[in-house]
Amino acid sequence: MAPILEINNLYKNYGATEVLKDINVSIDKGEFLVLVGPSGCGKSTLLNCIAGLEPISGGTLRIDGHDMTHVSPKDRDIAMVFQSYALYPTMSVAKNITFGMKVRGVDPETQKSKLAEVARQLQIEPFLNRRPGQLSGGQRQRVAMGRALVRDPKLFLFDEPLSNLDAKLRVEMRTEIKTLHHKLGASMVYVTHDQIEAMTLATKIVVMKGGIIQQIGSPSEIYNRPANLFVADFMGSPAMNLIPAKTQTGSGGTMIEIQRPDLEPIRLTDPRARGLPEDIILGLRPEDISEPGFRVGELVQEAPCKVEIVEPAGADTYVQTRLGGKPLTARLHSETEAAPGTVHNLAFDLAKVSYFEPESGKRIN
Amino acid sequence: MTDVSATPAPAATSERPRGRSFGKIALRWLLYIVLGLFALYYLMPLFVMLTTSLKSLEEIRTGDLLSLPRELTFDAWRTAWSEACTGIQCEGVKPYFWNSVMLAVPAVLISTLLGAMNGYVIAQWRFPGANIIFALMLFGCFIPFQVVLLPMARMLGLMGIAGTIPGLIFVHVIYGLGFTTLFFRNYYVTIPVELVKAAKVDGAGFVRIFFAIFLPLSIPIIVVSVIWQFTQIWNDFLFGVSFSQAGTQPVTVALNNIVNSTTGVKEYNVDMAAAIIAALPTLLVYIVAGKYFIRGLTAGSVKG
Repeated sequence: MAPILEINNLYKNYGATEVLKDINVSIDKGEFLVLVGPSGCGKSTLLNCIAGLEPISGGTLRIDGHDMTHVSPKDRDIAMVFQSYALYPTMSVAKNITFGMKVRGVDPETQKSKLAEVARQLQIEPFLNRRPGQLSGGQRQRVAMGRALVRDPKLFLFDEPLSNLDAKLRVEMRTEIKTLHHKLGASMVYVTHDQIEAMTLATKIVVMKGGIIQQIGSPSEIYNRPANLFVADFMGSPAMNLIPAKTQTGSGGTMIEIQRPDLEPIRLTDPRARGLPEDIILGLRPEDISEPGFRVGELVQEAPCKVEIVEPAGADTYVQTRLGGKPLTARLHSETEAAPGTVHNLAFDLAKVSYFEPESGKRIN
Repeated sequence: MTDVSATPAPAATSERPRGRSFGKIALRWLLYIVLGLFALYYLMPLFVMLTTSLKSLEEIRTGDLLSLPRELTFDAWRTAWSEACTGIQCEGVKPYFWNSVMLAVPAVLISTLLGAMNGYVIAQWRFPGANIIFALMLFGCFIPFQVVLLPMARMLGLMGIAGTIPGLIFVHVIYGLGFTTLFFRNYYVTIPVELVKAAKVDGAGFVRIFFAIFLPLSIPIIVVSVIWQFTQIWNDFLFGVSFSQAGTQPVTVALNNIVNSTTGVKEYNVDMAAAIIAALPTLLVYIVAGKYFIRGLTAGSVKG
């Protein structure tokens, strides 16, 4: 079966400026693709290209095997949800949802039954006759989803749909979108700058920066094996610790030495690593640095560190120290006795360590 | 009204606020008196026009300009409407009034609709050079009437509509487009572009999006455009006098002719009545739709 969306060597220019460079992505039916990146990375432009709202400058774009280069948005069998919801202000909720069907000349009976079905699904029946201006943000969001759902398209496109909601509602709607995805088995492309949204929703993540795809992979691939320093830093909160270090290859594996200002250098040994360059950047997630005794494994190694800041976050306590000239965050349990200014033993688990080349920023293990 | 349960305040402190509030009230009164005087000053001409139009010629000659009519008579109004002479014809302003209606109504509607479409394109369907075209249209607002008289006369002649009401409609539509485009463009610029995108995905085209989504949103700015255009076109004299012939002249031109072509006794009451008749429609439009005018001019974004 052909992939539902297949993009090959896609380029997009505005005059002389290239905003998308050599984009290659494909998703199968039922996948949830999230495009994530900082603002200005081209993710929304890519979505607009998929929708047909922006013409592409080069490459091919196929939906369900059909070339879409010269196909107008209405004939692409897509539905789109916008950040500002883009509800038609003068139409009632019901008319907003049925507008597309009316334009396409669907008979009134079908319109009615589809409207009823979608309204039930999204629990918006009580305000079908209201205007968008009379609804709350969350309700408008539902109506916007309803307008997309009613089309039953091959591909759903979401352009930062949750950005205008408050934090609590955003988490609720996130769960709802995920539920909807499971229930419908629909194919979705979702743009966000929020890496947590990306992780929780996606079956496949595309991380973008400056119009170039940095990495494509499942959430766990992206999280555990970031392809470069940008992805490592962008995905995850608090961010991955990226610490400059020196290596030395010995009989028992690679010895990693990390300088620090007031204590002697930390020395860690990674028996698996082979042939690392002398200068590397070591990447460790905060949760891979813990209280001694809480992690077991061959690669757990302890070292005393000077605690600078302690940040209790409820379930965990984040502790900051300084390694290799950079702040390092460790995620300890909430009852830790670490106090600012004291020296505390930390356990480094190298099982999920990432090594990067300092110059190019590329992953090397 | 002081709270009874509260501890009694010392006399000295309760005295001061009272003194201040007295000063405040006095100031307020002064303000209203001054405003009232200004209003009187501005209403005086209208008052004189109204009273004079209701007096007989005899009374005008002997009486005081500011006094109320001793005897109400509507003869001057009747004369002005259907008997006063404009040059050699003596039909009053009635035929010219209808000329003005037949010219102003289509010209207002056409220029408003075209302005709405121009604004919609310039604000929401950006194309290369859109800014230059908009700037040029704006420039059109500032070209003095006199400059276009001759080229326009030639143009109307070539089109074969010189001296006709359609010709005048054409002139007013062209001249009004700059303003109406400006109104609608500035209104539509505040509407998020995502609205057009959503409608495109829904399958609607250029025309459908305009009529189904944008036009219903535009009531306040349509009112502004209609009031502005109606006032301009109805009150226009220069185009009216330049591009019309006997029989197609608008009411402003007729009013001028009535006032200027009296023979013998100057009938002030008839002149006044004719002037009020000529001014009534614009007044009426403003009274009916005036509150939307202010609202439309100050309307910012359209909240979806």
